[in-house]
Amino acid sequence: MSGLLYMLLPMSPLAQASPTVMERVLFGDAASPFQYLLYSVAIIAMVFLPLAMLIAMFSIWWERKVAGHIQSRLGPNRVGPIGLLQSLADGIKLILKEDLVPKDADNLLFRLAPYLAFAPAFAAFVALPFGPNFTYEPRLNVGVFWVLAILSVEVMGVILAGWASNNKWSVYGAMREACQMVSYEIPLGISIIVGIMAAGTLNMVALGHLQGGGIHTWLIYRNPFTLIAFFVFFIASLASNKRAPFDLPESESELVAGFHTEYSGLRFSFFFFAEYAAMFVVGGIQAALFLGGWNDPFGAIGYLYPEALRDFEAGGSPLPLIGLNILGAGMFVIKCMGIVFLQMWIRWTLPRPRIDQVLYACVKVLLPIACVLLLGAALWQLLVPEMAGVPWVKYHPWNWNDWKEQGARGAFVTQIILTIVGVSLFGATSMWAAYNLFSSRRNLKQRLTDPDPIDKAPANLAAASH
Amino acid sequence: MTTSVLAISEADVAGWLFYLFGGIAGLSAVLLVLSRNIVRMAVCLLFTLAGVAGLYFLLSAEFLAAVQLVVYAGGTLILIIFGVMLTSKSPFSRFEPSAVEVVLAITLGGILLVALVLAVTSQRFPTAAEVAALPASERGYPVDRLGQALLGDYLLPFEIASVLLLVVMIGAAYLAKARRRESTRSANGPAESAASRQARAWS
Repeated sequence: MSGLLYMLLPMSPLAQASPTVMERVLFGDAASPFQYLLYSVAIIAMVFLPLAMLIAMFSIWWERKVAGHIQSRLGPNRVGPIGLLQSLADGIKLILKEDLVPKDADNLLFRLAPYLAFAPAFAAFVALPFGPNFTYEPRLNVGVFWVLAILSVEVMGVILAGWASNNKWSVYGAMREACQMVSYEIPLGISIIVGIMAAGTLNMVALGHLQGGGIHTWLIYRNPFTLIAFFVFFIASLASNKRAPFDLPESESELVAGFHTEYSGLRFSFFFFAEYAAMFVVGGIQAALFLGGWNDPFGAIGYLYPEALRDFEAGGSPLPLIGLNILGAGMFVIKCMGIVFLQMWIRWTLPRPRIDQVLYACVKVLLPIACVLLLGAALWQLLVPEMAGVPWVKYHPWNWNDWKEQGARGAFVTQIILTIVGVSLFGATSMWAAYNLFSSRRNLKQRLTDPDPIDKAPANLAAASH
Repeated sequence: MTTSVLAISEADVAGWLFYLFGGIAGLSAVLLVLSRNIVRMAVCLLFTLAGVAGLYFLLSAEFLAAVQLVVYAGGTLILIIFGVMLTSKSPFSRFEPSAVEVVLAITLGGILLVALVLAVTSQRFPTAAEVAALPASERGYPVDRLGQALLGDYLLPFEIASVLLLVVMIGAAYLAKARRRESTRSANGPAESAASRQARAWS
């Protein structure tokens, strides 16, 4: 047995991979494997787990705030400043609740299901590129695919929860989740391939470096097909994340609460941690693959990074490198949270279709669109010469002459036009949202930051209520 | 203990992980065989597949590991459970194999085990030194090399497999469609309501 084992070893990533920059910053060049082991465990237990929890708790509070504002009410505002501690209070309440298991349920599977739902959503964090070096495993060559794979396992927890509950509503919810997930994975995967084809790598850190030259080098603006593929991916990710309007597995109006009808207490909250962590992870794929990862719109991080890395390699201080990484992590989280906000906005705006309409939308609308995009993107790769390599290192992303010399004029013009289209679309949408948020047409004119609603109600409203 | 924790080598860590993943895969495979409840079997299978995916990771076959998760854990397993949900009459349907089936299964399993052990022991695997002597590009299974192999040297088998899958898909769609047309003709006569007509148009 041990002979076989030693045959495996030289091929294992542990044996052949050189330490990442992060590990060298922390331990120097000659660290023992034990330190790496300790580092891995510490990062997972002390960074990723609290991060996933924090994101979930913040997003739950935020979702309720967004829902409140869309429905002309205030949302939680009693616990803590602007209700920020509401999720914590709910969490404490859920811990204190009795942990019920229905008598006829499959006891073992019923108890196992919430963890099966949460663990994959959490495991996907190891591949998310928070920064060029703030990535737990930058050497993972199949990063995007790995996250997709791990998210597809998450469904298992939901299906088991529905099945083990031994409840008709729950089983219906589980069945809907199964068929929704299996069918929406196809447009999801194909739209990812469209982006991957433009980039030529599955490694999330390499994807980030490729998009470092400013907003027009982001993959979403690389060609017209990736722009549409981004939206196809977004819609499909809503369905595979069971977010409204595709929240059929838990549609309250028909199935009580769908797959988690029978759950109470902490186990119930695990499903929500899983859901919000998965929302963030899906936002992370979109940010890393289409929206430039950790890069800012002007390409400053991509411009400064090679120099900072060179300094560190030459024995300089790691501080500039760490600063850039923190900046990058901020950009990345902002982008992810923007996507999460979009998911919330859609949830509280659109009504829920029937299950057959959901499947129709997948098989007869999204899937053909995705296939056409795949074909178009392949032809585009063939016909339009593009700039190869990492911006700032291989070419100057804002210098027209540089592009002209390499015969990539068409690519430059396309990318600039698409950027203008995309930025104006984004600007118009945000202006619209801001106008509606702060518009004085609302009767109950309240801001997200207003802690004390009742006293500040407009006089005419107070008069009308008497 | 004479050795300090700092003396742990990379080989040790990889070895622990090998036993961890191998143990998960093996233990859940045994549980899978011993369990009688179909859905519990599927859960055991999930852990087996996850353990094997971990072993692939140890071999630096990351792509294979991710494919293992997507295709088997995320796809096939869900379809198995989906089939159980659609077809089983009681929520916790059980397997009750007869004595003949048990004997047959044990015999077949034993033959397979012997064949596998013989195959593994007769094969000469490259030793650690030989693998280390290979150039870096030859070690491991980078995704781009896999893609070039699939669309280069092995294009014909790859395409034949995809055509086979296409045929299966068309066949399944045809079967489902034919049965539905029949059932709607017999069930809804001329007095078909507008609602059901619309529902049919959607599906």
